[in-house]
Amino acid sequence: MNTLASPGLRHRIGAPISVMLAALLALVIIGCALFAGWLAPYDPTDLSTFDLINAEIPPAFTADGDARFLLGTDNQGRDLLSAMMYGARVSIAIGGGAVLLAASIGVFLGLVAGYFGGKVDALIMRIGDVILSFPTILLALLVSGIARALFPQAATAQWAPVILICAISIHEWVQYARTVRAATMVETAKDYVKAVKVIGLPSRRIMLRHILPNVMGPVLVIATINLAGAILTEATLSFLGVGMPPTYPSLGTLIRIGNEFVFSGIWWIALFPALVLVLLVLAVNVVGDWLRDRFNPKLRVKR
Amino acid sequence: MFKVLLSRLGQAALVMLVVSAVSFVMFRYVGDPVATMARENASIAEKEELRQSLGLDQSIVTQYGRFLKRTLSGDLGISYRNQRPVTQLIAERLPATMELVIVATFLSLALGIPLGVLCALRPNGATARLVQAISLIGISTPTFVTGIVLILVFAVTLGWLPSFGRGQVVDLGWWSTGFLTWSGIKSLILPGITLALYQLTLIMRLVRSEMIDVLSTDYIRFARARGLPTRYIHFHLALRNALMPVITVTGLQIGSLIAFAIVTETVFQWPGMGLLFIQAVSFVDIPVMAAYLLFVGLLFVIINTIVDVLYAVVDPRLRARSA
Repeated sequence: MNTLASPGLRHRIGAPISVMLAALLALVIIGCALFAGWLAPYDPTDLSTFDLINAEIPPAFTADGDARFLLGTDNQGRDLLSAMMYGARVSIAIGGGAVLLAASIGVFLGLVAGYFGGKVDALIMRIGDVILSFPTILLALLVSGIARALFPQAATAQWAPVILICAISIHEWVQYARTVRAATMVETAKDYVKAVKVIGLPSRRIMLRHILPNVMGPVLVIATINLAGAILTEATLSFLGVGMPPTYPSLGTLIRIGNEFVFSGIWWIALFPALVLVLLVLAVNVVGDWLRDRFNPKLRVKR
Repeated sequence: MFKVLLSRLGQAALVMLVVSAVSFVMFRYVGDPVATMARENASIAEKEELRQSLGLDQSIVTQYGRFLKRTLSGDLGISYRNQRPVTQLIAERLPATMELVIVATFLSLALGIPLGVLCALRPNGATARLVQAISLIGISTPTFVTGIVLILVFAVTLGWLPSFGRGQVVDLGWWSTGFLTWSGIKSLILPGITLALYQLTLIMRLVRSEMIDVLSTDYIRFARARGLPTRYIHFHLALRNALMPVITVTGLQIGSLIAFAIVTETVFQWPGMGLLFIQAVSFVDIPVMAAYLLFVGLLFVIINTIVDVLYAVVDPRLRARSA
């Protein structure tokens, strides 16, 4: 049966137009970012393609614009459109990486806590409580600050994406762990788990093969919502100057660079990347909210 | 009641112990204090002497004990970068941040509650839909983007408001305030709005959902059946009950506001604790980082404990559950 070609696709998914548009927007931005290597007019990481003579040229549609640079150039003469495509790629990669890491840690710890219960459970959940009582941004800043102190500067710049992913995940795993723990407790009490326990399967196998598939639903929903948050946190850290270095900018780094020029009326360096960032996060948020309401109304928390 | 208080205080002490341990570990093991403090060409013997005078040759437990003792007496070390006592630095920066947080809290309550009520009373009205849509954009826009846009519009283009610093401040003892001068108040507006926006969305959504919940309860339906005036039902009976969680959330969020102020202070070059902290992170000024962590941790724990205890005072059901 060919479900995709059937006329009732929209009806089948049941998403309102706004959600479809948001999904499309997210896909377009993510697509532009992923294929930046082919789509972008210039390569902003290649020093030979830009020149200081071209610095701070306004967008092509303004009076002083230059047709070569559709959205203008930054302070080093880089084509802003290209820099944004590559920047979005960095932002999305780090956001996605953080979600993956946080979900892996959270699912693992949640499974262990929910399955074994007792002291292990109490320990994991208390650690989670303490972590959650601090805001993401504060913990992320601390992690990146410690990383800066431990490693030499060159290494920090080179490993910035990894440091950022760790810094964001340290807070976010708790949410996955809480959800998976609750779901695991429910599943563990069910007959099929009792049955495999009686057969004498090892705990690891029971958790991975039998419980995990049944608790993954809510994890995927949280992951979507978290992706928006992770991208925002990365952008904030980069904006604060402790994220991606200017030589390999993310959207947040570009906004940081642009912020220094806002006062002199050079608005495009900060504003275009900011617009893309907001649109991307907004689109992911809309899709995530819809997924949550549709597949897991229980997750709807009062925030 | 006493039991609740005791268990909450115990928890608070435990969290503070963990935070102080993290802070100690940062202090002691991140970077080498001797290398940072000694002269560049100090001999090995001199370094060893410094190590002993700092007590770095003793066991970790002894060192941690001394760290706690020092911290409790208010000595948080000396900033590597400014060469000044950290306690003094934080005390200087505290008023700027607190005034910003007060303004932001006030703004978010003053606008968030009426908007939330409006959205709850007419959930399908045009205004409610518009407000909901804007709030979605609001939570998707990072603080620094809001700040930059506000600066572009009101400071650069229109030139109405200053875009950085606190303006003129008046010293009241050790507290410096911007509330008493015109330039101080003008300087507070843009950063205040920027910091308040996220909070505003949060409070608005909360008031809306609480209000909708309360409006569907039996006692409201009964009040309607009795023919009480709508205004009385909405604002006297419903809103009062809906505001309960708003108070606690506002309390809990004060901690987050102080943390989020880091971003706002960076955008507006606001000389508060957040700017101090972010500079410490970029310059790897460990004592300032450790002290900020301790200070904010303490603040969070105090606020959380007060809110928990207040909850138990207000809602007797919680007492039975946790005791």
